[in-house]
Amino acid sequence: MQNKNSKSIYSVPYFVWILLFVIAPIALIAYYSFLDLSGNFTLDNYKNFFTSVYLKLTLSSFWYAFLITLFSLIVAYPTAYFLTKTKHKQLWLLLIIIPSWINLLLKTYAFIGIFGLSGPINAFLQVFGISEQQILFTDFSFIFVSVYIFIPFMILPIFNALDKLNPSLIDASKDLGASNWTTFSKVIFPLTINGVKAGVQAVFIPSLSLFMITRLIAGNKVITLGTAIEQQFLVTQNWGMGSTIAVFLIIFMVIIMIITGQREKGATSYGKNK
Amino acid sequence: MEKTSKFAKIYLALVFIILYAPILYLILYSFNSGGTMNSFDTFTWEHYAAVFSDTRLIMILINTVIVALLSALIATIVGVFGALGIVFMRNKSLRNSILSLNNVLIVSPDVVIGASFLILFTMIGVKLGFASVLISHIAFSIPIVVLMVLPKLQEMNSSLIDAAADLGATRKDILTRVIIPFIKPGIFVGFFMALTYSLDDFAVTFFVTGNGFTTLSVEIYSMARAGITLTINALTGIIFVVTLLLVIGYYFVSQRGKKPVGLGVRK
Amino acid sequence: MKEITRSVIAIILVCIALFFVNDYLNKSSGNASNDAVTIYNWGEYIDPELLTQFEEESGYRVVYETFDSNEAMMTKIEQGGTSYDIAVPSEYAIETMKENDLLLPIDHSKIPNLTNVDPYFLDLSFDPKNKYSVPYFWGTVGIVYNPALLDGQTFESWEALWDLSLKGQILLVDGSREVIGMGLNSLGYSLNSTDENELQEALDKLNKLTPNVKAIIGDEVTQLMVNEEAAVALTWSGQAADMMWENEELDFSIPQEGSNLWFDNMVIPKTAANVEGAHAFINFMLGAEVAAQNADYVGYSTPNVAAIDLMDEEVTSDERFYPSEELRDNLEVYNNLGLEMLGVYNELFLEFKMGMN
Repeated sequence: MQNKNSKSIYSVPYFVWILLFVIAPIALIAYYSFLDLSGNFTLDNYKNFFTSVYLKLTLSSFWYAFLITLFSLIVAYPTAYFLTKTKHKQLWLLLIIIPSWINLLLKTYAFIGIFGLSGPINAFLQVFGISEQQILFTDFSFIFVSVYIFIPFMILPIFNALDKLNPSLIDASKDLGASNWTTFSKVIFPLTINGVKAGVQAVFIPSLSLFMITRLIAGNKVITLGTAIEQQFLVTQNWGMGSTIAVFLIIFMVIIMIITGQREKGATSYGKNK
Repeated sequence: MEKTSKFAKIYLALVFIILYAPILYLILYSFNSGGTMNSFDTFTWEHYAAVFSDTRLIMILINTVIVALLSALIATIVGVFGALGIVFMRNKSLRNSILSLNNVLIVSPDVVIGASFLILFTMIGVKLGFASVLISHIAFSIPIVVLMVLPKLQEMNSSLIDAAADLGATRKDILTRVIIPFIKPGIFVGFFMALTYSLDDFAVTFFVTGNGFTTLSVEIYSMARAGITLTINALTGIIFVVTLLLVIGYYFVSQRGKKPVGLGVRK
Repeated sequence: MKEITRSVIAIILVCIALFFVNDYLNKSSGNASNDAVTIYNWGEYIDPELLTQFEEESGYRVVYETFDSNEAMMTKIEQGGTSYDIAVPSEYAIETMKENDLLLPIDHSKIPNLTNVDPYFLDLSFDPKNKYSVPYFWGTVGIVYNPALLDGQTFESWEALWDLSLKGQILLVDGSREVIGMGLNSLGYSLNSTDENELQEALDKLNKLTPNVKAIIGDEVTQLMVNEEAAVALTWSGQAADMMWENEELDFSIPQEGSNLWFDNMVIPKTAANVEGAHAFINFMLGAEVAAQNADYVGYSTPNVAAIDLMDEEVTSDERFYPSEELRDNLEVYNNLGLEMLGVYNELFLEFKMGMN
């Protein structure tokens, strides 16, 4: 392709960005991960990571990130699908995004009020004679609020994938006698898989490093790798150990990218999964 | 068919109710004379009056909006061309490594990003303030733009480009007439997500700001120790209503007298 | 493509317009040129009217920035790139900052109002002779509780927290020193303990508290206690005062086995650009009327005796927030245990947290 050169000129800022704001910080983190508190070279941080506390932390981080991603997908897919059927779909899509522009801490405080013992949900339950429920500081509230935060990141790419879907494909499938489910699993879903993957990446990866709501909504009963790193950097002032956990987080992310990564590119995606 | 559409309506209504519930809750309390978010006393406008008399708060808000819009814009431009660069890479493993590098900032906790950017800026000698905050926001918004644009690019049929080239289209034509229109939905989504990232960020901004420059998030977080005042609720109410009006207004203006336009247009 | 170009132009125009609005506001608030004093403080930790008053009296312009943790503030100051003239760290942070050579000595001849401060709060171990710091507010760590939700328990002793009837009723602060310290105190050990066995014993004891713990949280504790979401909370006295202001049912108690006594002091960081202005500000804040107004606004305990004379008797005679010197003898100030030991505390605290789920 002869026009390769001109394209790479436009991409220059992007690669400069990678160099300055990705590779340089990674190098810095990798460097710090080999330092102990007094700045001497050590492997202890890596050894520490393999103690039970941190391994348990990693497992529970992954488990919660998995749950958050799963529920986001379950809620987001039908939402995106129904949105494509509405009359002013672009407007509705924008209305999905707007809530995410309001400060997260404030929304979290609102959730504390809503989920509270004297909040609207419990008041509602009491109408039906159900006694006060402890909703805050449970796995339920944590996953609910996390899904709330990430849902636009899942809806948008799926919406884009669904929106360009050719309706005649679906009609054709139905004409050929396929059931709704078969049409969905054999025609619609495979064609939107790229959007789903983008959504999963945009939700799962940051879920691993969620913080703040682990404290405000889960009352520190859920601890993620991100919380642990934050503590190491800000409270313990042990940048070495914090960096080591960050190194592992990056490694995990790369593994996830490989798993969800594109096997084929571009044009072929139409013909995949026949 | 009738039945599914009814179900669809109820489902969407539920999603929207949940999405807006906390915001309406915040706004409800912005009218509370009680002074806290705990119990509602009587109706008052006093918190709204407080917002307009607090010049510092308004200046912080304007700073926040400028940084958000500019950083999202620049991040979108850089990110779109970055995504183009990635997609046209021939070497598969190089492409995958770049993609992994792209996502490093998404997975890194804000504190780590903030601290390393701070070290970076002080090393280069950038004065902390508007510029350092803007650069940081651009930096951490780029990956989400790439992530949102990439699926659209991958869906693009490369025969489309070949066909255009065969018909004698120049490189610039291919970019502006074929590629960009096709990936436009992805571009808009990327821009809006970048906006979200910028408006929500606290930790990174905290580290890289200085010399009197603050954003709304930093201001709100540091209030937490002594309690957030309802002035902030009132401010949120104003921001929310204005944004809503702007978005709806923009949508209908851009709709008028035109064929379907917007995020998902297909041409 | 046309639509994209249009959007880009629109965004740029909006930004330019906003920029001019901001510039106009900046000028109209009449403070573009004067010498600035940059203050770095906790959010909502000062009466903003006092800043205006200081500007009028001194002629300096105040730039006010906020932080939300001592450690984050220290990182900012250590890295430089911005010049703060005043910061308000807690006592252990002052020790660290001294060690790292981040502070400028304070010229006492420029702070005549220092005589307003209760001598009890001067010349403390973390800063002998107040060479680098001047008291701002102080307080304790204790238990805030809601008698309406309890059956008559009181909290003269830490031991009361382990009562079986308090299942899922206790909120703890998200601080390793506070929580581990509570464990140590309840066993009669010093909360500055560095003894491995004592610490392990404290962790074992805390693990038995787990069923009673509802959550480990930060500043949200105020909202939760006021809303009666929980019956008991471990918290700082200043925060307890805030809560009691909003919910009169609540009460506060400092257990007799001992607890923590803390101070937030004003310092001048090494990066200060306006040392003269910084001294003027410190002296201004120590003025009797100013300190009284500030204490009324913030609700924390002031070390300023001259201010106490001007304040409401009912507030300043409240032993829960202005404990007498005898009671204070039971309390300990956090020693700077060094990063290594702090790491041990945090590791233990992490283990405690992980045991909750």
